[in-house]
Amino acid sequence: MNTQPNAAAPILKVEHLSMKFGGLVAIGDLSFEAKRGEITALIGPNGAGKTTVFNCITGFYKPTEGMISKATGDGRVFLLERMSDHEITARAKVARTFQNIRLFSGMTVLENLLVAQHNKLMVASGFTVLGLLGLGGYAKASAEATELAKFWLDKTDLTQRADDPAGDLPYGAQRRLEIARAMCTGPDLLCLDEPAAGLNPRESAALNELLLDIKGNTGTSILLIEHDMSVVMQISDHVVVLEYGRKISDGNPAHVKNDPRVIAAYLGVDDEEVSGVLSEVGDEGVIEELDTGPDAQHGPSSSSSMMAGPISDTMEHGDRGEAVKVSRGASRADRVPSAPVPEEHRGKVAEEVAKTPQRQPEDRTKGTKPLPDDKNSGERE
Amino acid sequence: MAISTELNGENLYARATRDALYAGVIAFGLFVLLIGMKTDQNIRNELIIIQRWGTLAIVVALVMIVRFAMVAWIRPFLARQKAVAAAAGVASSGAADRFFQLPYAIGTAVLAGLLLLPSVIETIGEATHPRVGAYFILLRAFLIVYVLAFLFYKFRAFIIRYFYPLAIILLILYPMICVTIFSIGWADGGLTWSLQKGLQQSLKWVDNFGIQVMIYVMLAWGLNIVVGLAGLLDLGYVAFYAVGAYSYALLGTEFGWSFWILLPAAGAMAALWGVLLGFPVLRLRGDYLAIVTLAFGEIIRLVLINWREVTNGSAGISGIPKVTFFGFFDFNVSSEFYISKVFPFLPQSGTYYKIFLFYLILALALLTAFVTIRLRQMPVGRAWEALREDEIACRSLGINTTNTKLTAFAIGAMFGGFAGSFFAARQGFVSPESFVFLESAIILAIVVLGGMGSLGGIAISALVMIGGTEILRQLDFLKDLFGQDFTPELYRMLLFGVAMVVVMLWKPRGFVGTREPTAFLFERKAISGSFTKEGHG
Repeated sequence: MNTQPNAAAPILKVEHLSMKFGGLVAIGDLSFEAKRGEITALIGPNGAGKTTVFNCITGFYKPTEGMISKATGDGRVFLLERMSDHEITARAKVARTFQNIRLFSGMTVLENLLVAQHNKLMVASGFTVLGLLGLGGYAKASAEATELAKFWLDKTDLTQRADDPAGDLPYGAQRRLEIARAMCTGPDLLCLDEPAAGLNPRESAALNELLLDIKGNTGTSILLIEHDMSVVMQISDHVVVLEYGRKISDGNPAHVKNDPRVIAAYLGVDDEEVSGVLSEVGDEGVIEELDTGPDAQHGPSSSSSMMAGPISDTMEHGDRGEAVKVSRGASRADRVPSAPVPEEHRGKVAEEVAKTPQRQPEDRTKGTKPLPDDKNSGERE
Repeated sequence: MAISTELNGENLYARATRDALYAGVIAFGLFVLLIGMKTDQNIRNELIIIQRWGTLAIVVALVMIVRFAMVAWIRPFLARQKAVAAAAGVASSGAADRFFQLPYAIGTAVLAGLLLLPSVIETIGEATHPRVGAYFILLRAFLIVYVLAFLFYKFRAFIIRYFYPLAIILLILYPMICVTIFSIGWADGGLTWSLQKGLQQSLKWVDNFGIQVMIYVMLAWGLNIVVGLAGLLDLGYVAFYAVGAYSYALLGTEFGWSFWILLPAAGAMAALWGVLLGFPVLRLRGDYLAIVTLAFGEIIRLVLINWREVTNGSAGISGIPKVTFFGFFDFNVSSEFYISKVFPFLPQSGTYYKIFLFYLILALALLTAFVTIRLRQMPVGRAWEALREDEIACRSLGINTTNTKLTAFAIGAMFGGFAGSFFAARQGFVSPESFVFLESAIILAIVVLGGMGSLGGIAISALVMIGGTEILRQLDFLKDLFGQDFTPELYRMLLFGVAMVVVMLWKPRGFVGTREPTAFLFERKAISGSFTKEGHG
């Protein structure tokens, strides 16, 4: 599957990453690896700290603890937690997109892609001085930049709209443009924050193709956050599951899908499957017991994917981020052993789970989707 | 046609009368203190109130008449026109087309031509009353404005297409046109030509009007880089203007260095101060940035006032050397290289220096425009605009926003410094009084009114704002309307403020609200102002 020569080498290594906002632990001791030439997905319920991980990797937050190292193709290693955000893109070649689209809406689609090639063009224009005087190779570099922009416009099917303002594009096209813009920086690692949010199934399928194309033809590895399981399960080679800022599972999609801890966190499987697995594990009562249910006032709004919350502004939180207070017993995944449970033990595990006192997590404002039979979850406790 | 039937007949006039009464009451309430009363000092230095009921009555009556005409005639007329256009299947956008028709224009031109003939107005004035003659002058001005507007409207496609070349040609010819018009005289039934008189009379139009407007055009174009492109709200721009002016004034008077050496030096000095200001405010955005830049402007002014050993305090610096024409000739009557001595066919006049200064500031302003246009197509200019649109996205693309902001501050300040050293050379005198906050506010208002980022719009708004206030000095005919003790100059700023409010209501994004893209694949489409952002600092 991977044609890259050093495919197995990790491109990004996150070790013991912690991010605390005051007393809130958004990420606690997280370690994972993303391999070169692969698509790594980062999933988890709302508020699990996925975007915080992204912000740490791309330098928008400085992590409280831990090390993030990014290897380049020629063996150099950048320690991202020590670099500022623009250096991470410029030197370590990590590009990102945003959960809430951040395009330059008053500039044309083409200009958006040219801005992305800023550093290359700055050098070509002799840091403006030579370019201003009409000396040096700026004209040539500018033409090349336009060619690269055209290439990505073609890939993302935006050529016809090249001269329109980016703010005028429909939602799906804006998502594609953001990916094209990130690719124009010439990245080694592309970090996509919910690229499929708000897309219809057809656009979602086109996105899958685009991402596979990027992976197969450009040598760029991809790290993505996604709630849309059709995207995650179809294209990712490796999935990391977070819950309350901690890793609960790590492996290929099939493994993660069948991990009871993930199942307990109600991710990646249908509601029926959850009830199926849980009723296999214990009795029907467990399902009700396990489900803490959403807070009625702050529950998720209806959206295209079952886990996607409202597309909120993740960057403007500033000092808080997606901060979650992890209270003991809040994680439902913790109540299930991490290894697949042998047949004979299942009843016992369920018993233990059933005995665990239920506690409503204080900071859990977003919650997860309630089970269909769970009508009065808001009133409980 | 529901509107016209409902508003026809008695009903309409009753309604118009009622509306006029309401408008009259509101106008009375608004103006009773503003216009109806005036405080003054009597001969014993006591404060007294002068009541001006006559003037107030005239204003209120004017408001009522206009309101009545609006409801009774103008609105139904417009509605009928719309209905006619709709019935004929023509797009209803033809109001301007109906207003500017060729027969009207020819009639107006003929009438204006008749009134332009020498001694026509004098004859009318003598036959009736001098005041009537003054009204004919006003009428003539309106006729000429109509003809010019007609020409502009008819050739608008051409003018808009070739706006920049046309404007530059007009500006280059402007002093010559002024001198020529004023040189032509009419005496004893024949045309006369007097260059001396032409130079004398065109002085006001070249200096007070031309140079003044061009200085503000240049300043506004400089500020446009910071506010319009990079989206950093700078309320202390006049500080860089002051740095430039004092650089030239001090180095010029102390060391006698030439303007041509000190111009770049003043620019560099201002740019340095731009960077120095830039560093501490990099972390600030929006309102906070505006306040700090405002404070910076005040600090510079207070330093100029209080650092007496160097700046001579509020007394200012005088005797600043004049600019020479690269040393070939100069404009000092006593000098042996005085222009009339170098070119003996030219009569002696102080206007040459002003004409030379006009071309100098024109060249400096065009340099600013050229650099701005070039920079917009370069990565740094695009980064400025991207910064205005979304700073976080900029950083995610590897753009060093610190450097980008500093270059915007430095380059904007540099042009302010150029303009400042020109200002010092033109005035021959600088004092801190010229660099008050109001100047910053006017420059910023020009940028906002013109449309942030648009060079053409900003030039037009500088012409309207600075030229307009100069033109509004010529309001003497209002004395005929409101009595001899009415001083129209005092209402200049009021009219000006009203005009600004009207323009901002009519065009909320300034005269030119659209943005020109810097690159295109297939066609250059202007970007509507609804997509561009104003920046958050």
